[in-house]
Amino acid sequence: MNDSVNIKVAGFGGQGVMMFGQMLAYAATEEELFALWVPSYGPETRGGTANCSVIVAKKPINSPVFQKADRLVAFNLPSLEKFRNNVEKGGIVLYNASLIKDPGVIPGATVLAVPANDIAIELGNIQVANMVMLGAFLEVTGMFLDATIDHILQKLLGERKAHLMPINRSAIAAGRELAKNGASSHA
Amino acid sequence: MANKVLMKGNEAIALAAVKGGVEAYFGYPITPQNEVSEYLSKYMFEQGRVFLQAESEVAAINMVYGAAASGKRVMTSSSSPGIALKQEGISYLAGSELPAVIVSVMRGGPGLGGIQPSQADYYQATRGGGNGDYHTIVFAPESIQETVDVMKESFDIADYYRNPVMILVDGLIGQMMEAVDFNKPTTKRFLPPKDWAAGGMNTHNGRNTVCSLYLDPYELERHNLKLQKKYQAAIQNETRFELVNMDDPDYVIVAYGTMARVVRSAIEILAKKKLNVGMIRPISVWPFPKAPFKNISRNCKGILVCEMSLGQMVDDVRIVNNGALPVSFFGRAGGIVPEPEEVVEAIMHFESRRVD
Repeated sequence: MNDSVNIKVAGFGGQGVMMFGQMLAYAATEEELFALWVPSYGPETRGGTANCSVIVAKKPINSPVFQKADRLVAFNLPSLEKFRNNVEKGGIVLYNASLIKDPGVIPGATVLAVPANDIAIELGNIQVANMVMLGAFLEVTGMFLDATIDHILQKLLGERKAHLMPINRSAIAAGRELAKNGASSHA
Repeated sequence: MANKVLMKGNEAIALAAVKGGVEAYFGYPITPQNEVSEYLSKYMFEQGRVFLQAESEVAAINMVYGAAASGKRVMTSSSSPGIALKQEGISYLAGSELPAVIVSVMRGGPGLGGIQPSQADYYQATRGGGNGDYHTIVFAPESIQETVDVMKESFDIADYYRNPVMILVDGLIGQMMEAVDFNKPTTKRFLPPKDWAAGGMNTHNGRNTVCSLYLDPYELERHNLKLQKKYQAAIQNETRFELVNMDDPDYVIVAYGTMARVVRSAIEILAKKKLNVGMIRPISVWPFPKAPFKNISRNCKGILVCEMSLGQMVDDVRIVNNGALPVSFFGRAGGIVPEPEEVVEAIMHFESRRVD
């Protein structure tokens, strides 16, 4: 991992964007890295747009805001449109191919199409689309240990939602599998 | 970092208040500080302490007055327009010499403004909107850890001076998550018993009166002078600041809170451009740290004040600087948190305009 990684996660409210970002921050904290999670907290509602920024670093984090993201995760087209020009050269972009048919070209970035909704529906619950995306993200970025993510997931779901552990695990595994088989790079 | 937990700023503020021994909380909802009350509503209830959502901010601050007068450790929290409504109560707390902690999570203004992070309430916090010759001791931390540390201590400081203490943060610190250690030791102060409190006849002998009314002007002047003596002591003992890279800087930036963190990143970028920039970071904004300005190196070419407002703290810097160095200002308003590159640009602009 680089000394500091700036991650932007964006999508519709209700797609699990905030949880995606929080999981990264929790995982970083558990692995004794520095982490900072900042939500967009405007008048967001289910169906509206929502995004969060996560910084993961090996040393204390200064600025909580950044101009360019090293990693962009776009769950819908408006999000990709909004942040596509703020991706660092050599960055990685993951997009939800179930909702974004044509991502266009993002110069200098490695782009991975993840049909997150379709895979989640196949698994039986569209709500785990964010975990499919997370699996793909972890695979292409090489961030965090499997055990860390599993532990964080258990903690966040708690006893009340413990029955959702298996499907979330399957979703992460499916995302990893997909990412192993093909990141398409745009020059 | 084994002792650290990842926590949202507002929730960390609430837990820190608990660690600081808060016995009663009175508040009224407003974004971006709602998680403070949300957290406390559960915790205080479970612990058998007082949590009360008042019918308005004005009611809440007057409940704070009442509970503080009874000798309890008490707090409220709000955001910009809500803090505006509390100003009368804060003046009464100061006038009646009542300890209380007020958390202000700033958003953009004026009026209802917006709900995004801002530092446009520096005047409101340090000058106050309440009447009379009074001061509120105001701390403006830059991280969740620093917020927690000062929050834990703030009840002691309020009790020590018998004066309201304000924790001034912006909405970003309230909303973001960062790892924080709650077990860092805090300085313990000797606190005299609250023999002045009107806590019921079983807690004191004779009659205790808490009020801010002095109809005899000589008596009121004596009261004013007594308060001033306290403020002088606070200036002596509670002024806090941090110096960053201040050995021999070309420029000095003055910034607090979230803005200071953005400046830290800007300083790193500027170092790569061979510009040596330091920072004076006030942690207490009242009392405002004056000493570090007297020690700025002679080679320094100017002071840039950065704020998430269109220029409020810059007044304090100009007063302290007293014409010694050129002072320039950079700020963003409306709820925008500037990026480090904007601060870099402001310094480069300052450098290009300078005439030797």
